[in-house]
Amino acid sequence: MAIVETRAVTKVFKAGTLGAVNDVDLRTEEGEFLVFLGPSGSGKTTLLRMIAGLEVPTSGEILIGGEVVNDLTPRERRIAMVFQSYALYPHLSVYKNIAFPLKAQAVPKDQHRKKVEWAAGLLGIGHLLERKPRELSGGERQRVAVARAIVREPSVFLLDEPLSNLDAKLRASARAELEQFHRRVGTTTIYVTHDQVEAMAMGDRVVVLHKGVVRQIGTPKQVYDDPADTFVATFLGSPPMNLLENGGLIVGFRPEHVVPVALAPSAALKLELKIHNVEYLGSEWIVYGKPEGDRAPDKMVISRLPTADLEIGTRHTFAVAEHHLRFFDKATEKRAPARALSWP
Amino acid sequence: MAVTGAPRARKRGKRSSGFGLGVAMFLPAVVYVLLLVAVPFGMAFFYAFSDARIGSGGEHFVGFDNFASVLENPTFRKALGNSFIFTISSQVLVLIGSTALALALKDKFRGRGFVRFLILLPWVAPISLGAIGWKWILDSIYSVVNWVLIAVHLVKPFDKPMWLGQPSLAMISVIVVHTWRLLPFSTVILLAGLTAIPRDIPEAAAVDGAGFWRTLFEITLPMLRPILNVAMLFGIVFTFTDMIVVYVLTAGGPYDSTQVLPSLAFFTGIQGSDLAAGAAISLFLVPLLVIVALLMLRVAHRAEVT
Repeated sequence: MAIVETRAVTKVFKAGTLGAVNDVDLRTEEGEFLVFLGPSGSGKTTLLRMIAGLEVPTSGEILIGGEVVNDLTPRERRIAMVFQSYALYPHLSVYKNIAFPLKAQAVPKDQHRKKVEWAAGLLGIGHLLERKPRELSGGERQRVAVARAIVREPSVFLLDEPLSNLDAKLRASARAELEQFHRRVGTTTIYVTHDQVEAMAMGDRVVVLHKGVVRQIGTPKQVYDDPADTFVATFLGSPPMNLLENGGLIVGFRPEHVVPVALAPSAALKLELKIHNVEYLGSEWIVYGKPEGDRAPDKMVISRLPTADLEIGTRHTFAVAEHHLRFFDKATEKRAPARALSWP
Repeated sequence: MAVTGAPRARKRGKRSSGFGLGVAMFLPAVVYVLLLVAVPFGMAFFYAFSDARIGSGGEHFVGFDNFASVLENPTFRKALGNSFIFTISSQVLVLIGSTALALALKDKFRGRGFVRFLILLPWVAPISLGAIGWKWILDSIYSVVNWVLIAVHLVKPFDKPMWLGQPSLAMISVIVVHTWRLLPFSTVILLAGLTAIPRDIPEAAAVDGAGFWRTLFEITLPMLRPILNVAMLFGIVFTFTDMIVVYVLTAGGPYDSTQVLPSLAFFTGIQGSDLAAGAAISLFLVPLLVIVALLMLRVAHRAEVT
């Protein structure tokens, strides 16, 4: 097990253009499950590939277990990686796929079978060892890829969107399995995803990336409840945080905190909304309302309610409690200290 | 109803004109194959069982006499053996060389386009032109190779090698020149195969701890195998049936040491006027090439990099 650290790591693919990764500083804890979260093009995969040694940083240092590894090959870094495509060797059986890292790292041959069977057993693919990758389903391939990564007990475990090729149902169960698996093995893990649900559910901490820059590092609760800027505020949460301009400030609040005024009579923010659309999602209602007056003329305020009996086109007053309001500077879009609202 | 009838009629009209166009497009190829391949092939069969000679009419059927006499001919046995040496050696060299070249040309580097162009040159240049160039390079008096070897004191000026004049050197020369000629074709095929391997796979091997050679022999080459098979089978056909390099460089000499079946068939049947014997010699290649062709068809079906 080891701690991964990056110091001012930057990757510029084409000189003169904005880097894919810019000045990233971060440090995992021992045995932590760290998630890189960001939209496509945010540089999360490039950052992971630099840690793996598949991409050379333009500047900055990468440390694994306290040692600078910039000049080490992937082989010398003692890491394991699961690729988005799984990258199984198509001409080798599952057994040989899983045994390949052992062979490549010159593990004595008499230990191969035991180790392969241990890894395959952990992932429940012991009965598939003689098959070829093309004879496996997507979920089985994903497990083979994980087994191949874990078989030589790496110091760091890197996963690049390993669930994105699975269908929704399988993804949920594979996610739970990966979580349990991490708890059991306890290896420091870096996990790349664009799926905020995966990030929130699995991560000990989440690194939110946008355009190659770290926007926030924190526990899932921190990044959700206390977003560092408007990007994090809107990228996490579905539907995203409502943002309304107020002088030199942007006021943000989560849809689940927009409630009928009767439930929060002493709220700091009261909004008169004209109901524009109502979506019923079974366990909850999503209400889209347009603020009346000139407060935010073109904005739509979204509310998430357990029950809603609202007609489209009617007007209702909603409220947000003071401790649910988040403030951002309008110019920098960064978090600003709380203050009194100048709205009536 | 009328509305549905109209398109149907049009559709039928289209199909028949499409059929006519198909036949028209297909016909040149069929005529070409029939006239230039099937007819000579049929004639070769006919001659091989006759006593035909150039200039004397009235052939007679002689059964397997031609084959029997050809088999007893020491030159033929020599040529048969040479054909195998020539084909197998040049194919081994081509496969090793083109794999190395394809691997080198796969990754981007400055001037890659130019190097790719240079490597393709032997393939696009007229064969006889290239072979004549080599004839000068290997000439007994003007050889540049010898000139360089003498300049660096590797050979003595009065004891320089006769590249095309000594039996074993002549064979080596012919093999090298033929390898030079086939290398580009094979390289291009393998390059196409290499680019079809997803980048993730060698990367996964690198993360798994494999070095260059292990990745090459355990991952890249096995994944390339179907494409390698295609390149090799084409190479075998091109080599077994080819006589241009031999013809221009050595004309089969010295003492038939570079004689191969196609050149022997040509010298016997056309230059020696013994059509029957020439036809019999050239037909010896057929069973072997049929097997290769069948293998090619089977491999071509499976030639996909997974």
